[in-house]
Amino acid sequence: MMRRVVFPVLLIAGLGGSAAAQVGGDPERGEELFRSDCASCHQVGQGARNRVGPHLNGIFDRQAGQVEGFRYSEDMMLRASAGLKWTFETLDKYIENPRVFVSRTRMNYAGMESAEDRSDLLAYLRQFSADPADIPEAAPTAAAVDHDVAPEILAIVGDPAYGEYLSTECTSCHQESGAANGIPSITNWPADVFVTAMHAYKDGVREHNVMEMMASRLSNEEIAALAAYFENIE
Amino acid sequence: MKLNRRAFIGTAAAGAATLSAPTVMGQGNGRPRVVVVGGGAGGATAARYIAKDSNGEIDVTLIEPTRHYYTCFFSNLYLGGFREMDSLGHSYGGLAGDYGINVLHDWATGVDRDAKTVSTAGGYTLPYDRLILSPGIDFVDGAVPGWDISVQDRMPHAYKAGSQTELLKAQIEAMPEGGTYAMVAPPNPFRCPPGPYERVSMVAHLLKQINPTAKILIADPKQNFSKQALFEEGWNRHYAGMIERIGPDFGGGNVEVDPEAMTLSIDGAVENVDACNVIPAMKAGRIADIAGITEGNWAPVNAADLSSKMDENIHVLGDACAQGDMPKSGFSANSQAKVCANAVRGALTGTTVFPARFANTCWSLIDTDDGVKVGATYEATEEKIAKVDGFISETGESADVRAATYQESIGWYDGITTDMFG
Repeated sequence: MMRRVVFPVLLIAGLGGSAAAQVGGDPERGEELFRSDCASCHQVGQGARNRVGPHLNGIFDRQAGQVEGFRYSEDMMLRASAGLKWTFETLDKYIENPRVFVSRTRMNYAGMESAEDRSDLLAYLRQFSADPADIPEAAPTAAAVDHDVAPEILAIVGDPAYGEYLSTECTSCHQESGAANGIPSITNWPADVFVTAMHAYKDGVREHNVMEMMASRLSNEEIAALAAYFENIE
Repeated sequence: MKLNRRAFIGTAAAGAATLSAPTVMGQGNGRPRVVVVGGGAGGATAARYIAKDSNGEIDVTLIEPTRHYYTCFFSNLYLGGFREMDSLGHSYGGLAGDYGINVLHDWATGVDRDAKTVSTAGGYTLPYDRLILSPGIDFVDGAVPGWDISVQDRMPHAYKAGSQTELLKAQIEAMPEGGTYAMVAPPNPFRCPPGPYERVSMVAHLLKQINPTAKILIADPKQNFSKQALFEEGWNRHYAGMIERIGPDFGGGNVEVDPEAMTLSIDGAVENVDACNVIPAMKAGRIADIAGITEGNWAPVNAADLSSKMDENIHVLGDACAQGDMPKSGFSANSQAKVCANAVRGALTGTTVFPARFANTCWSLIDTDDGVKVGATYEATEEKIAKVDGFISETGESADVRAATYQESIGWYDGITTDMFG
C-alpha cells in the first residue's frame, strides 16, 4: 500500500521539488537496501561494531558525531557541535545526498535518490533504535564482504612509515583529509577492511581499472603498510 | 640578457616581489637548502612534500612568477563551458602559510652550477644544496612557419592556462556563423598527449550550442594520437560532420600560418580560418636550457630520483625532463615530484629513501558525461622510467561507465590540486 502512496510524490520530485521519505516504509525491503548500499561500511544489530563507518544502533534521536571510538570528519564534528541531531528528517536528507548535507563527510556514498527507498531503509534502521532491548537478533552484523583474504595475509603487521611513502601514490587522487567528491575517502578504515578491499582489486574481484592497476603491483606487505598508515592518519 | 618580451614581464613581476619578500637570501640558518623553480604540478608538489616531511629541517624556496596558478589540466573544460576559470585558479598562500615554504614570485633567470646559486630577474641570488627545476614547457622557435610568440594573441596556443585560454574561447565565441576553428596540433613529444583532442571535443561541444554549422579543422603532423579510437568514436557520435582532421599523409605536417590574413596553409592549400589555435612543437622551459642541462629539447634525468644526467645536484620534473615512458602530464609530474622529494630529503637529512614508483592517469571529457581515461604504472630502471602495466577505456562503454569516469575526474582534480597546494 505504502509504495503506491509514495509513487506520486516521486513524480513531483522529478518535476523539480525534492520529495521527503515517508514514515511507515517497508522494513524488509529496507533490509535489502541496507545490504546492497550500506553494509560494506556500516553494521547494525546485536554486536554491531564500528567499521569504515560507525555502527548504527540507536542512531535515531542521537546527537551526531557521538559514537564512541569512531573518528568523524571535521565537517561532521562541526555540524555536531552546532547541534545536529539524527532524526527521521535529518537522516532522510543526509542519505538522499550526503555531501550536500555535510559537505566534506567521509561517507563514500553518492546518495539514495528515491524517497521510497529511503522510507524503506529508515523503517529498517528504526528497528535498531526504538528500544535497545528489542534489537532483532541475527541482524546483518557482518559487513558485506566481497572477497576472502587468507588469515595470514590479514595478520601481516604493516609498517606505517613505508605506508606513508606508498600513500603518496594514493594522494594524487584520494585526499589525505578524507574529503571525497567523485573519488572515495580511504582514511581511517579498519586495517582489515582496507586490506580486504585492496586484495579484491588485486585479484580482480572488484572491478576498477585504475585500482586494479595500482593494487596489482602492491605486495602483501605493501598493502599492509598502506592499511596501517591510513588507519591512523590524523 | 636580451630584452625580449619575457624578460620585460619578469622585471615587472620582480618589482612586486621585492616589496613582499625583501629578505630571501640567507634564510637557511644552517639548514640544507632546496630551491624549486616552477610552481605547477611538479614544483608545488615537490616543495610541499619536502617541507611537510622534513618538519622544518630543510629550508624550501619556491620561485614562481605568477601569484595565481591556473591548471592546464581541466582548462579544456573551461572552453567547453564545464568549468569556470576561477575554479582552475590556485594561490600559493597554503604553501607559504601552512608549510613554511618561502614563495618568491619572480622569474628564475640564471643558474650558476659551480656556485650552486639561482639568480632571478628581481635581482636575488639564492644558494641551494639541491635545485629542483619544474619549469614546464616553452615553444620551439620557428616550429610553425609564420607563428612566433609575438602573435600569440592573434593565434593563441592556449597551452599554458589562463589568459590565453580565455582569449581562445572569446575568439571561438566570436566566430561568424558557419566559420572555421583551426588547430595546428603539435608533434611528439608534447605536454598532455590527449590534450589537443580533448580540446577539439570541448570546442565542438561549445560550437554545437552556439554555432552548429561551424567547422573544426585539425592539421596534425602525427599519424596517430592518444586515445584516438575513443575520440573518433565520440566525435562521430556527438559531433558528426563537424570535425575534419588532416594527418601527415595529406600534408598535416606541412603547415604555415599568416596571422595578419588569418589563413592557414596546409600542404600549400590556403584556408581562411576564424579562430586559429596554434600549438607549436615544445621544449623544456627555458631555465633548463639556461642551466645547461638539456640535450636537444629536453633535460635527461635518472629514473630513480629525477636527477639530471648532467648535474647530480639538480633534479628536473614533469614536462621539462626526458625520463622515458611516462607521458608529459600533470599527474606524471606530481608522481615524479613525490619520488624526487623522498630522494632529496634522504640525501640532505639522511631519511630512508624508498624505491621509486610512478603512476599516471589521464582523464578526458568528450561531451557531457562522456569521460574516458588512460593510465599506467612505471618503475625506475638503469636506463629510464619504464612502463609496467596500463589500461585504457574501451570503445562502446555504457553511458553509466562514461558518466562515472567523468565524476571520477572531478574527484581527481580536487585530489591532485590538494596534493599540490595543500
